[in-house]
Amino acid sequence: MFSGFMIHAWTVATIVAVVAGLVGFFVVLRGSAFVAHAIPNGSFAGAAAASLVGINTLIGFGVFAFFGAFSISALGHRGRHDVATALTLVLMLGLGALFVTLSVEYTPEVYSLLFGEILGVSISQLIPTAGLAVVCVIAIALLYRPLMLSSLLPDVAEARGIATARIDLAFLAVVALATTMTVPVVGTLLIFSLMIGAPAAARSFTDKPLQALGLSVAIALAIVWAAIALSYQTNYPVGFFVGTVSAASYTVGRLWAAWTRHAGIRSPTGPRVGPKYT
Amino acid sequence: MSEALSNGSAPILAVDEVSVSLAGREVLRDVSFAIESGEFTGLIGSNGAGKTTLFRVILGLQAAHGTVLVGGAPRSRRNPLIGYVPQKFQLDPDVPLRARDLVALGLDAHRYGIATPSRARRARVEEMLEAVDARDFADARVGTLSGGEQQRVLIAHALIAAPKLLLLDEPLANLDLRSGHEVVALLARITSEQRIAVLISAHEMNPLLPVIDRIVYLAAGRAASGTTEEVVRTSVLSALYGHHVDVLQVHGRVLVVAGEAGELADTSDHSHTQTQVEIVS
Repeated sequence: MFSGFMIHAWTVATIVAVVAGLVGFFVVLRGSAFVAHAIPNGSFAGAAAASLVGINTLIGFGVFAFFGAFSISALGHRGRHDVATALTLVLMLGLGALFVTLSVEYTPEVYSLLFGEILGVSISQLIPTAGLAVVCVIAIALLYRPLMLSSLLPDVAEARGIATARIDLAFLAVVALATTMTVPVVGTLLIFSLMIGAPAAARSFTDKPLQALGLSVAIALAIVWAAIALSYQTNYPVGFFVGTVSAASYTVGRLWAAWTRHAGIRSPTGPRVGPKYT
Repeated sequence: MSEALSNGSAPILAVDEVSVSLAGREVLRDVSFAIESGEFTGLIGSNGAGKTTLFRVILGLQAAHGTVLVGGAPRSRRNPLIGYVPQKFQLDPDVPLRARDLVALGLDAHRYGIATPSRARRARVEEMLEAVDARDFADARVGTLSGGEQQRVLIAHALIAAPKLLLLDEPLANLDLRSGHEVVALLARITSEQRIAVLISAHEMNPLLPVIDRIVYLAAGRAASGTTEEVVRTSVLSALYGHHVDVLQVHGRVLVVAGEAGELADTSDHSHTQTQVEIVS
């Protein structure tokens, strides 16, 4: 389980989990789960287009991911992205349908982008993935404070002189980058569940923002490691385990929050227990 | 600029002949007033009178004709002299952020990177929580607090950056009467203790009348300013609205009533439930 190609799988899974945990924390904080769903899924069309013209599918994927991020940011109004995201996704999926139809032959690379090939990662994929991961981590660390304030209190952030529109665009670009680097490895469907499941679970265990961010990374790591180990043992796909373990961790988080509140322990929603007074 | 502040000669905020048009509609016309340090000023006007627009002008977020001087210098974005508490904000109870974390963000949220913890930083946050009576719920998630408590946390968030002018947009609009009184009393205390200027907007002036030093009354896009006695008068407000209004005193409360004498008797019947009646044509 820890030899040969499996070493690559463990390494890349670890990198992916760190990025998904960090970026996902802000995705959940901003209520942008739909964006995190739309960018990887819509960018599938880019991979199909690239395969059609015979270039590296990842390049096509990346181009579409950034196009999606820019269009969502430009069309969205003050952090409200619902309709802009839906329209961007619809446009990209429509193009994807066309490109897939135009392709005369069945293209396994395109299919692999949907579910990823974490067990088939080569050393040549490992290095660029690690490099892009470092960029994502640095970007999130740099954006941390202005992104936090503009996510929670956009009017206050604007009054503070924070360029909220630019912060929004920068964050969406980070989501696009995180997606592009991780999708070939874990697939469009898995990155989404990692980006949402881990940070959403983390919020149930702590009230402190930095602790929640760290816990989000830790839970993402636990999910992918468990998924790979289970997949290795059972021969069931990694994606199945990432999805189910991710959902399970969220459920455990909610149960923990409910239990601590009920038991009257210092609860995740603060020391005050019972109905709030006004 | 700092000399001007220390000798107290220049007002902390000077608004001169400010006009704003939004989508072809003139929202503010030749608005002029000034605010000194240590003054508690009420910006009064009905919904849509241009209060929020005026705040955006002062914050440097809205283009306008005329001049606005903050601390003697032209208005700008990212002005450290101004603290701001918005009218609408929604904090999700699921967000892992304690009241003290939000206050700490007020120190340096505009900076890149993650804040390095220090004793001085913690002490400053503690001091601000104390100043707004928020010690009891400092470790609770902000999203789980009541409206009045969140308002106080946001005031502390604004105050921690040591502004000279604090703008609050309709802080009483979503509060019950008691929380509203608490917030007003707190602001009056902060104004005198910290010698800062506070400008608070409201569509209802009566809760503010006992504590404010001055009033800026917005109506029909224009403003009248001065002490309450100078501004809230039949002659001044009639000129401002552009038609006749009556200013009535009922049990120590002020009613601004527009219309004919016949309608007057009708509206005053409701004075127990409505402390202020404004009918703007």
